[in-house]
Amino acid sequence: MPSLKDLKNRITSVKSTQKITKAKQMVAAAKLRRAEERATQARPYTERMEAVLANLSASAKGDPNAPKLLAGTGKSDTHLLIVATADKGLCGGFNSSIVRKAREAIVRLQGEGKTVKIITVGRKGDDMLKRLYGDLIVWKTNFVEIKQVGFEQAHEIAEKVLDMFEAGEFDVATLFYGKFKNVVTQVPTAQQIIPAEAPEGVETPDLGGAIYDYEPEEQEILAALLPRYVAVQIFRALLENVASEQAASMTAMDNATRNAGEMIDKLTLQYNRARQAQITTELIEIIAGAEAL
Amino acid sequence: MADKLHFNLVSPEKEIMSANVDQVDIPGSEGLLGILPKHSPMMTILAPGVVWVKDGGQETRVFVRGGFAEITPAGLTVLAEEAVMVKDLNAEDIAKRIRNCEEDLGDADTSPETRRHAEVEIKHLKELQAAL
Repeated sequence: MPSLKDLKNRITSVKSTQKITKAKQMVAAAKLRRAEERATQARPYTERMEAVLANLSASAKGDPNAPKLLAGTGKSDTHLLIVATADKGLCGGFNSSIVRKAREAIVRLQGEGKTVKIITVGRKGDDMLKRLYGDLIVWKTNFVEIKQVGFEQAHEIAEKVLDMFEAGEFDVATLFYGKFKNVVTQVPTAQQIIPAEAPEGVETPDLGGAIYDYEPEEQEILAALLPRYVAVQIFRALLENVASEQAASMTAMDNATRNAGEMIDKLTLQYNRARQAQITTELIEIIAGAEAL
Repeated sequence: MADKLHFNLVSPEKEIMSANVDQVDIPGSEGLLGILPKHSPMMTILAPGVVWVKDGGQETRVFVRGGFAEITPAGLTVLAEEAVMVKDLNAEDIAKRIRNCEEDLGDADTSPETRRHAEVEIKHLKELQAAL
């Protein structure tokens, strides 16, 4: 049976924990709003890009001279996994679910006898993967010192990936990130970015019977566009990741706050009982003493 | 009333401009293009340079880099990796940044990576300077 003082100390400590989780929850809610806004703002660019690409790649399909970024290298021996996670914890199962998804892919690919290389984006994913697959990680980056993830960062990652592709260091690249579905659900997602899968279900603009003029040639435009498409996809993944992280963090902190509340109630009850028991004992002592006289 | 051209300028981070205008001049990779309403559908890569948006005697200049333009009957869409309003550019500031990068290049102990960065930066800044 813990003493009154112990109980009191525990209540105070749980109360301060609750204050922290509550503050973190509110911060996450504010950040989530901003992240969602940025994701919405980035949408027009991605959508236009997809439409243009869908249009171009349809005509390049089956062409033996189609750019490698679209057609692939013809092999799938070496896989590059780009695992994007958050830099911070306190967001429930967000990071570990992405890492788990990546790990499943690694196990499967290695089982098929393929070579796997990993790029980690974000500190948490790196921490979790380097224990098991440290020798597979070829490059890592994080945004600890960056306040707001921008296109610049996505561009940097894309450049690295494209350099590696040019050098023939891998055949297939897959991007792992947390897709933001809504505040409650974030889906860990694997998306193949090289060779590019032509986006489907994209509306192509109605040209009213006319055909596009291309300047320069279609092929050249496609070749210039594909590297940018890789960067755009990475950028979108990063934005979604930020939104997902904040949403997951908000939910996790909400749960933590509630748990702390329950704990406080329970402890307070225990504390009051103990206090009353003590008073009763004291009274009995006094009465017994008075009667003995 | 004369027809207007619907013009959209978007960067990866946000939509920068969306308006109905009289004419837009874009720096196509094969040469400058003046786009008027009802232009035939086309698609082109953009060279780094200035997009001139003309509407009712007013002109807005926007510097764009790394983009392409698509013209459909619905209007003109310019997708640019980077877009800066020319009026927000400052000649002195750019000159200073170019000098900084050149100093970096001059240093003997600069790592190859920084060197490459600086070279790219100088190229970009020079393009900006030319836009002014």
